[in-house]
Amino acid sequence: MRAPLSWIREYVDLPAGVTAADLAHRLTALGLKLEALESPGADVEGPLVAGRVLSAVDEPQKNGKTIRWCQVDCGPEHGEHGIVCGAHNFTDGDLVVVSLPGAVLPGGFAISARKTYGHVSDGMICSAKELGIGDDHAGILVLDPALDPSTNSGRRGDVKPGDPVADLLGLRDDVIELEINPDRAYALSLRGIAREAAIAYGAPFRDPAVRAVPTPNGEGYPVRVEAPDGCPVFATRSVVGFDPAAPTPRWMARRVQLAGMRPISLAVDVTNYVMLELGNPIHGYDGDLLAGPIVVRRAREGETITTLDDVTRTLSAEDLLITDDSGPIGLAGVMGGQSTELSASTTRVVIEAAHFEAAGIFRTARRHRLHTEGAKRWERGVDPLLPAYAADRVAHLLVEHGGGVITEGVTYVGGPPEQKVVTAPADLPARVTGMPIDAGTAVAHLRAVGCTVTSHGSAADETLTVLPPTWRPDLTDPYDLVEEVARIVGYTEVPSVLPPAPPGRGLTRSQRLRRRVGFALAGAGLVEVRSWPFLGQGHLDRLGLPADDVRRGTVRVANPLSEEAPELATTLLPALLDTVARNVGRGTTSPAVFETAPVFLPTPGRLKAPILRVDRRPTETELETVLAAVPEQPLHLAAVLAGERAASGWWGKGRPVSWADAVQVVREVARVLAVDVEVAGAAREPWHPGRCAEIRLGGGSVVGHAGELHPSVCRAYHVPARTCAVEVDLGLLVAAAPAAARAPRLSTYPVAKEDVALVVDAALPAETLAQTLREGAGELLESVRLFDVWTGEQVGAGRKSLAFALRFRAPDRTLTEAETSAARDAAVALAAHRHGAVQRA
Amino acid sequence: MSAPNSSYDPVEVTALKADQVDAMVSAALAAVAAARDLDGLKAVRSAHAGDRSPLALANREIGALPPQARKDAGMRVGRARSAVNQALAARAVELEAEAEARMLVEETVDVTLPWDREPRGARHPLTTLQELVGDVFVAMGWEVAEGPELEAEWLNFDALNLGPDHPARTMQDTFWLEPADGGLVLRTHTSPVQARTMLERTPPIYVVCPGRVFRTDELDATHTPVFNQVEGLVVDRGITMAHLKGTLDHFAEAMFGEGITTRFRPSYFPFTEPSAEVDLVCFVCRGQEPAVATCRTCKGEGWIEWGGCGVVNPRVLTACGVDAETYTGFAFGMGLERTLMFRHGVGDMRDLVEGDVRFTEAFGTEIS
Repeated sequence: MRAPLSWIREYVDLPAGVTAADLAHRLTALGLKLEALESPGADVEGPLVAGRVLSAVDEPQKNGKTIRWCQVDCGPEHGEHGIVCGAHNFTDGDLVVVSLPGAVLPGGFAISARKTYGHVSDGMICSAKELGIGDDHAGILVLDPALDPSTNSGRRGDVKPGDPVADLLGLRDDVIELEINPDRAYALSLRGIAREAAIAYGAPFRDPAVRAVPTPNGEGYPVRVEAPDGCPVFATRSVVGFDPAAPTPRWMARRVQLAGMRPISLAVDVTNYVMLELGNPIHGYDGDLLAGPIVVRRAREGETITTLDDVTRTLSAEDLLITDDSGPIGLAGVMGGQSTELSASTTRVVIEAAHFEAAGIFRTARRHRLHTEGAKRWERGVDPLLPAYAADRVAHLLVEHGGGVITEGVTYVGGPPEQKVVTAPADLPARVTGMPIDAGTAVAHLRAVGCTVTSHGSAADETLTVLPPTWRPDLTDPYDLVEEVARIVGYTEVPSVLPPAPPGRGLTRSQRLRRRVGFALAGAGLVEVRSWPFLGQGHLDRLGLPADDVRRGTVRVANPLSEEAPELATTLLPALLDTVARNVGRGTTSPAVFETAPVFLPTPGRLKAPILRVDRRPTETELETVLAAVPEQPLHLAAVLAGERAASGWWGKGRPVSWADAVQVVREVARVLAVDVEVAGAAREPWHPGRCAEIRLGGGSVVGHAGELHPSVCRAYHVPARTCAVEVDLGLLVAAAPAAARAPRLSTYPVAKEDVALVVDAALPAETLAQTLREGAGELLESVRLFDVWTGEQVGAGRKSLAFALRFRAPDRTLTEAETSAARDAAVALAAHRHGAVQRA
Repeated sequence: MSAPNSSYDPVEVTALKADQVDAMVSAALAAVAAARDLDGLKAVRSAHAGDRSPLALANREIGALPPQARKDAGMRVGRARSAVNQALAARAVELEAEAEARMLVEETVDVTLPWDREPRGARHPLTTLQELVGDVFVAMGWEVAEGPELEAEWLNFDALNLGPDHPARTMQDTFWLEPADGGLVLRTHTSPVQARTMLERTPPIYVVCPGRVFRTDELDATHTPVFNQVEGLVVDRGITMAHLKGTLDHFAEAMFGEGITTRFRPSYFPFTEPSAEVDLVCFVCRGQEPAVATCRTCKGEGWIEWGGCGVVNPRVLTACGVDAETYTGFAFGMGLERTLMFRHGVGDMRDLVEGDVRFTEAFGTEIS
């Protein structure tokens, strides 16, 4: 909301010397936050005075133009000036605006005497545009002599030659732009802002809504309200004989302009002016175009209306309509219809000043995406007492500036909703804010905002009964009153006290473990990224997922940012692959990135979450229905590694990323969590079918996959060939972490080492063979480590040789050679029996 | 060595004479001293202490002496061989030390050579900041609460006093999930975690809820549709706005350094009443004249907007099953991206979301 300071001052006597910045600071402290401060006309310098045209002689020029050579009386101080003027819209005796030599107009345009067209032009007769107060450049500005030159309020007076006219023109002003929170709809008006300014300075406030209005009668324009719930009040007044050509008085146009709206025509400007002044949106109809009584009703589903913006809108049964015999003539509170619009030929104006219910207007404005100045006010809540006053104010302004008469008919249908009383303990403000606020202060501040307050009970148990003012529909609860009191006392007065929290339990185990995983992966050379969880089927196509892959079953966003990514991620890989491609594109040749984030799995049956009541705690059953409808969101960990895992350099060649690095990422995580995982070959998209590992927990449940990506996936995502990836359910891994680590028992007896090389079928997983050796070697075995893999002619086609280092140790003695050999032989024998393994010499 | 001479040979053995033995020793010691390296010393050892060395040969002759002379000669030769061996050992130590010293010189490398063979990893600064914030509150005895990102509409809005027609619902530009009447949203704030906490636990409650939230903003230098918040909630007996102020003053100092205080301005949030915006004293100019007048960080205001806060609206307590007559509470919420931008001079929001490893690597694993 933009509020010109001169306009605010009309309703409140601010102390002398208060600047716009001072006021803005105080309003901010009260909750109307300063957005911007402008000082239009601040660069204008005098002398800028009224001048009376004594004579104006047209002089045709060789270039085809006709200039006017004018003698202008600029008053006793400045005397008579000869001025060359290009405009012709004035005559002898007119009062015009003269900028004399030495003046500077907006934009730094300095005025000096200069020779032109054979004269010395000693000043300039100004147009509205040159003065920065309008777009009109067709002619110069002719002043109404019957105005008070000291103000732009339209006050009557007498302008004389030589009078400075900057104030009259509203040339210089300060505009305070304030951010108005949704609970302070009253501050979307000069009335409301001025009231806050009065509170800020403890200055008296003159309410512009206070005016004597005639009592309603049956003679006004006929109105029937069929939906009183949506339209509790509907008032009309009518003006006939209005001159549609009458200009908007300059002061009014200037104020409307400074408040951020565009002046259009007198009738429209008056309705906007009164809305800005009082906060009640007004609509004007061309009375000659209305057919029969105005009826306010709900729309029929599918009914249409063409609104002022020339858009035909299809309506919902919830929309509230203003209609006449011809059908819809306005979308109530939001926008008028085209058929009865005020126009350049309107002489009979029917003024609508109504009160509409907030929630309905909110829904209509949202449904039709029509966030008009009117809707903005209605949906936040307007003072329901205003309609009669606003209609009367509009009628008088129209007649004053556009002629005609106000007809005697006064329509007023319905009545304002009843205000609800709020009771609160008098010490509530003190108890809630921690500030020492006594009952007297609370009462005084509540009265300052317009509440009617009565106090009951003893000093120790004092209760306040508070009737909020009609412009404060937001004050419904005791705590609302606390805020009113607190903001006037001043939030800066709130003391700073640390609350004593009871001893806490620290981070949860899961939180601690997840931190460790993050550090471990960073330590392993991976860079964490935080992607967005959006994707589309195209992303999953590029992963090569089959049509029936479970990851294709997604939760969809109804209003996605991008049509390419309207679904919530069921896998983190697409985002990571895009990130890797972006990094490679920016010159990082070997990015290795990881992310921990949830994925989103639809609930079986895609349950709906009910909206529960809020006036009490939901029952356990109710709560369970809500919680059960929230999709499962398991926490995943994914990593993508591209390029080299070890760089080449002066030490020698680098090492390209391999499937094993991806598997190692999971092993590293498992190590940090002290979880035993098993690795097995698997085929799963988007991995290379021969280089994909399935990661299982001890019990056999699969927690994820790792390995080299399928070449087609690398091509589709534009990442380097042989990029590797891993994705696991981190939540499952963390949950599998053992509760407490057990200390090992160390044997200090010597270790006995035995190496064995076994030739087996090439398809036999090394891990399976290692497991067999463990089993076969028995208790004395301390560890098995694969240290070499051989294929080739020596071992034969389809075979491979795996070399293991076995370490034996007993807890209580030094092993004899015989014991060690026996254990080794038992291991080899089991491998031979189970896998046909042949020991190499 | 030859066998003891059983047949007495009256011939004197020249080699066993004292002066002869002394000469052998002198020759050996001179050779040892002359050895220039370990190879040379090896040759000396062979020549003067080996099987064919004069002293070894002399030793063999002892048996040829008459029994009464054998003892003297044996002692003489033994001492001589011992002296030579000691000299050899001592010289070996010297020469080994010299050789090692030479080797150490030869093995000198350029230690400024880079070893950027293994990649450098890093954690995202938002993650680190989130943990830092958690630590600040855990140190005060609070706990870190978490909840789902895809959330029930009732928990995201209604339970927090944002009814279906509340204007604030449009302010938050929510991502709704299909079907549109399914009652599910991407949480627009971490406040539903507060609601869940109140529904699950009984007061006293002291929690912070950091997490990812979603609003339908377009990505630009200062906005992102996916961002991170940290919210705090306290519900206890006798909690006031003063406790809120104390907590935020402490939090501000922990985040931005000593002397960074907060300012409250009245504002509006449906879930708090009274509500306030929290401003931080500008950490560049500290709001002090004359620097404040030209400060670009706070644009001359001396204060920077940080977040929102207030006293928990009793309607929220009621909907979440907390007795609003017995308990009061406060809540606050800040953007972590904004906090990070302030603390570390992040210039463009896009750097936080694009995953360019060059950006993240600069933060390593610690940001304090």
